[in-house]
Amino acid sequence: MTCVHLLLTLVFAVSLGTPVEIQGPRGVPLTKKQFYVENKPFTCLDGSRTIPFDRVNDDYCDCKDGSDEPGTAACPNGSFHCTNAGYRTMFIPSSRINDGICDCCDTTDEYNSGAKCENTCKELGRKEREVLQKMTEITKEGFLLKQHLIEEAKKGHQEKQIKVTDMQENKKQLDEKVEVLRTVKETAEQPEKEAKERHLKAWEEQKAAIRLEKDKAKMAEAFLELDDNADGFVSVSELQSHAELDADADGTLTETEAQGLMGGAEQVDMSTFESVWPNIKDKYHSESQPEEPAPVETPPDEVKEPVVDNDSEPYPEDDISEEEDEDDEDEDDYHEDDDKAPPTIKTPEKSHEDEDAMPPYDADTQALIDAAQKARDDFEEAEKALREMDDQIRNIEKELSFDFGPDAEFTYLYSQCYELTTGEYIYRLCPFNRVSQKPKYGGSETNLGTWGSWSGPENNKYLLMKYEHGTGCWQGPNRSTTVKLTCGKETVVTSTSEPSRCEYLMEFTTPAVCQEPANTDLSPHDHVEL
Amino acid sequence: EAGLNAVCPRWRLSVLSKDDNGVVLSLGVKNQRLIVSARPFRLDIMQGPEVLLSLNSRGLLAFEHLRLHKDTDKEEVGLWEETFKSHTDTKPNGPTSISLDFSLPGVEHVYGIPEHADDLKLKTTDGGDPYRLYNLDVFQYELYNPMALYGSIPVMLAHNTQRTMGIFWLNAAETWVDISSNTTGKTVFGKMLDFVQGSSENPQTDVRWISESGIIDVFIMLGPKPSDVFSQYASLTGTQSFPPLASLGYHQCRWNYNDQEDVKSVDQGFDQHDIPYDFIWLDIEHADGKRYFTWDPHKFPQPKEMLQGLMDKKRKMVAIVDPHIRVDSGYKIHNEITSKDFYVKNKDGRNYEGWCWPGNSGYPDFTKPEMRAWWASMFAYDQYEGSMENLFTWNDMNEPSVFNGPEVTMHKDALHGKWEHRDIHNIYGLYVQMATAEGQTRRSGGVERPFVLTRAFFAGSQRYGAVWTGDNAAEWDHLKISIPMCLSLGLVGVSFCGADVGGFFKNPSTELLVRWYQTGAYQPFFRAHAHLDTTRREPWLFGPENTALIREVIRQRYALLPYWYQLLYQAHKTGMPVMRPLWVDYPKDTATFTIDDEFLIGRDLLVHPVTEEGSRGVTAYLPGAGEVWYDVHTFQKHNGAQNLYIPVTLSSIPVFQRGGSIIPRKDRVRRSSTCMENDPYTLYVALSPKKFAEGELYIDDGHSFNYDTKKEFIHRSLTFANNALTSNNLCPNCNFLTSSWIEKVLILGASKPSKVLLKMDGKETPVDFEFDTSMSVLTLRKPGMNAGADWTLLLQ
Repeated sequence: MTCVHLLLTLVFAVSLGTPVEIQGPRGVPLTKKQFYVENKPFTCLDGSRTIPFDRVNDDYCDCKDGSDEPGTAACPNGSFHCTNAGYRTMFIPSSRINDGICDCCDTTDEYNSGAKCENTCKELGRKEREVLQKMTEITKEGFLLKQHLIEEAKKGHQEKQIKVTDMQENKKQLDEKVEVLRTVKETAEQPEKEAKERHLKAWEEQKAAIRLEKDKAKMAEAFLELDDNADGFVSVSELQSHAELDADADGTLTETEAQGLMGGAEQVDMSTFESVWPNIKDKYHSESQPEEPAPVETPPDEVKEPVVDNDSEPYPEDDISEEEDEDDEDEDDYHEDDDKAPPTIKTPEKSHEDEDAMPPYDADTQALIDAAQKARDDFEEAEKALREMDDQIRNIEKELSFDFGPDAEFTYLYSQCYELTTGEYIYRLCPFNRVSQKPKYGGSETNLGTWGSWSGPENNKYLLMKYEHGTGCWQGPNRSTTVKLTCGKETVVTSTSEPSRCEYLMEFTTPAVCQEPANTDLSPHDHVEL
Repeated sequence: EAGLNAVCPRWRLSVLSKDDNGVVLSLGVKNQRLIVSARPFRLDIMQGPEVLLSLNSRGLLAFEHLRLHKDTDKEEVGLWEETFKSHTDTKPNGPTSISLDFSLPGVEHVYGIPEHADDLKLKTTDGGDPYRLYNLDVFQYELYNPMALYGSIPVMLAHNTQRTMGIFWLNAAETWVDISSNTTGKTVFGKMLDFVQGSSENPQTDVRWISESGIIDVFIMLGPKPSDVFSQYASLTGTQSFPPLASLGYHQCRWNYNDQEDVKSVDQGFDQHDIPYDFIWLDIEHADGKRYFTWDPHKFPQPKEMLQGLMDKKRKMVAIVDPHIRVDSGYKIHNEITSKDFYVKNKDGRNYEGWCWPGNSGYPDFTKPEMRAWWASMFAYDQYEGSMENLFTWNDMNEPSVFNGPEVTMHKDALHGKWEHRDIHNIYGLYVQMATAEGQTRRSGGVERPFVLTRAFFAGSQRYGAVWTGDNAAEWDHLKISIPMCLSLGLVGVSFCGADVGGFFKNPSTELLVRWYQTGAYQPFFRAHAHLDTTRREPWLFGPENTALIREVIRQRYALLPYWYQLLYQAHKTGMPVMRPLWVDYPKDTATFTIDDEFLIGRDLLVHPVTEEGSRGVTAYLPGAGEVWYDVHTFQKHNGAQNLYIPVTLSSIPVFQRGGSIIPRKDRVRRSSTCMENDPYTLYVALSPKKFAEGELYIDDGHSFNYDTKKEFIHRSLTFANNALTSNNLCPNCNFLTSSWIEKVLILGASKPSKVLLKMDGKETPVDFEFDTSMSVLTLRKPGMNAGADWTLLLQ
């Protein structure tokens, strides 16, 4: 070990001394050394002229191509070669020679500027080798992972295609089934409709008869009440005691008015009262129940349906209620109130319910209804299944239509999302879908672009993804994001930035872009230059 | 008095004669007299039988004296209160305006009174608005319009073939200038007819100045040469500050470089593309919540690390410090200003508050000397955290801009001590820059020169740094107008002027951007800047060909830095503008009087930038009968006093060197000006037809006041005469050592010598040379003498 160390020190010392004199003109790379022969006239490398050798590196530019001053800053277009033993050799523009800034790690560019440069080549070389090694490992592992991803994608692709084929076959069957069930449903609904109509009609007739009965009873009751002297006749004066019957609303029922109501007669018997009753029954207050308001006729459309719900289209209502559920809580409260309210309002009606409620369907009708309902349920179920099948097929077909790379290696990113949290925001990349940004401490999400296209350079468009048409910027363009893909073992968003306003740049590592590692020798190549 | 120099020469006038109605006074110079007439009152300045200038000859002198508001007064609308939109000006002193007229017999061309986005030659204002001077933060300003912009310099120059004069109306209140002329509307033919018929009345320009308040305080500068007017005006308001050499390099700015990482990668971009630059700039987003003197803790957590990184590359940074201060009890600057009671007050005596970038803001009263001293102390390294010696400052929004104020500025009845804002409005911005520059000087113990850019300005602002033309737009017309705008400023003392390269608002086309770099590289202050909403436009983002074009022109700028620096030194010493209209050096050539699409840099370079889209050629006027001009790129010689058509491509920048001049260049362009400090010079000797040329060479350390305090500089005259080029010391008692040397001498328009000898230290040594017959260019190879030495090169 000691020997090796000593040797290294020696080499180091020599390179810090005046190695250029020994090596040939300063700043010339090994490959061009042959053109610079000590004490022989030098011909500019572009062949433009020949000059004495003492004009090479004499700090004056003689050659148009700058080749006579490889080691000075004299030529505006010259370049300086640093050997950088232990690290990479490098060319720098001549203008960086002796400018007081250390550019070459071997310090050779600052030989006359007073800049205190340290030889950092060994360290840089070590670091670079480490990085390279790490990169190679990553690339190697990444590439293996990529193979795996390709396999998976291939398998997945095949599976999906088979699945789609299967599904399309199933869909055909479903289509047929839906049609059959539709016919069954329609066939069952016709007799159901007829039976229900019959039932309704019968009930209407029955209700009319009952109403008539009730009216007659009321009339009889009223006759008895009005016939104060119980002489079997209602007289004009007896009628006058009921001021509410006053036609001109002046508060009193005059004799003439009363007589008018009685069709001009002085008094009427029970049977004639039948013709008077229609004139007064709307206003007539029974003496026994003076405060009771006139019974309100329930409008026909509010007639309580029978227990069995025979509504043939349940979906629209369901949809509405779902939407409303998503709305404000206020509205939910309102609904709750609604639910609670009816009992109090409807209480008086309850007493009439027995007579107003439609009687249950008879067994035959009910049977028809049950049969039709079953047919409807069956049909709907089949139709829903068909719709779901369609969706599935569409989704798979959409997925299959994406360009997931030459070997479908990007397939695995589909329907995934990756997040990166920065100081202020959480960035979210959902490949082939969208990019978004959400403030870390609350606030709404901003769309930074939806999937546009691959937009890398011509030789490999799969190195960049473009997401476009995001949320518009105030007085600016719509937000867009470029995603730069680099090889990595992990699939991670590594950084985000906004180089121009509303144009985002996201860095993303994935094994899917790892290239097959070249079979190169990684050992340091500095010895060549030494 | 801030506009004025501290010491102003003055002397007594002697009475020549006197009668009941007036006196005749001698002005001390030759046969110049001032005739004072009492009824009607007027002043006439005469030279011999000629009237040079008359005051109040039209009787427009007006003076609304201060008075108390009495309830018994008849109310006239606007007299004691005015409203503009939703703003009310309480006008506690009532109307206070002043006015005076000036007549200029024999004058058809007047210039100056910036800032307006208009032609160099001022137009008559008959039937239109007068030129307005009222510092305003104008959003997307209109061109060819007398509307007020960000700065005001109430100085007008009048010029004819015989004489140049100036009028300095010292008033910082809102000011209007009306111009009329008796030759307006006359066609060239009409003028000719007058001439032939001999009926021509003498052309005359009449000017009327009106200010809202203050006193009539006027300085007349009688010339007679343009350079005399410049030095006369300089004796009143001082000269251009001598900036650090690096600030003449290229500045890369954008609203905003987002974070330290961004700064680093832009810095590296310049090196990767081998483009020089000296300053990178940070706009308002760098500060923590727009609290100036602070750094955003997330984006710029380690400002010193960033500045050190730039320093390692010999580069610098500018960070913005605006004069509106966030009202925030957690902000040191605000708290100190509050406790020291340094804020401007509103009419009720409470702190004036307005809306600006940080939200609710206070405005320090920069008219107070104690306030300025305190502000200056805030730039000390221990006060301004994260600052280092390579951090400089930019004062924006110092009109002052008040988003919710009348015309986006401060209410006129706000109070600066006992003075209303209306009285001092136009000088507020000057004081901001003054205090900032003072702070930068003080932080180095008075050793280092400051660099401060300002948007608002007033007469005298030239003493404190650079000025730019505000928020222009990426449009060809805005590129064009940058020339007359900076020329007008140069005429009234402000030499260090530039426009945002590329245009601030909107995105420039690639062609416009390239043309703007080509123009900006030949204007004194060379900074690219862009609005937050624009796409990135660093020079390498437009393909390799355009990168190469931009690189080339920035390199041309850097090669010429020795010349620029020498011109700034000259401006600092004499008041001569750096970027000049042609008529300044060709005052008798009427063809030059209205030219503002080309200009001179110093006396020796003529630039005609290409400012038309898709241009295939430009016609440049080369002045000077019997003179010659050399194309600086090809060395082709052209005769003076001609309109020269120059075919152009996208790479063309028509620039000519005057025959008879010597320009020193540093042709080894490096990544920043500081890197070029010790590099050798190449002398470009452009011979006149009489085989004569002269020039100067100025060298100092580039950044300190030692040139002034210790006479540490080299100033040499270079003369080519009788086939000998000689370097003579212009300052024998100066001492400065340079390691720069003369690497090459190019003599344009030379004939081939048989031998060239260098005479130095009593020795003669032969010098190698080459001669290019086609262009008559003699190149002397590596004469090698130190740039500070005495020497002669003999051509035999």
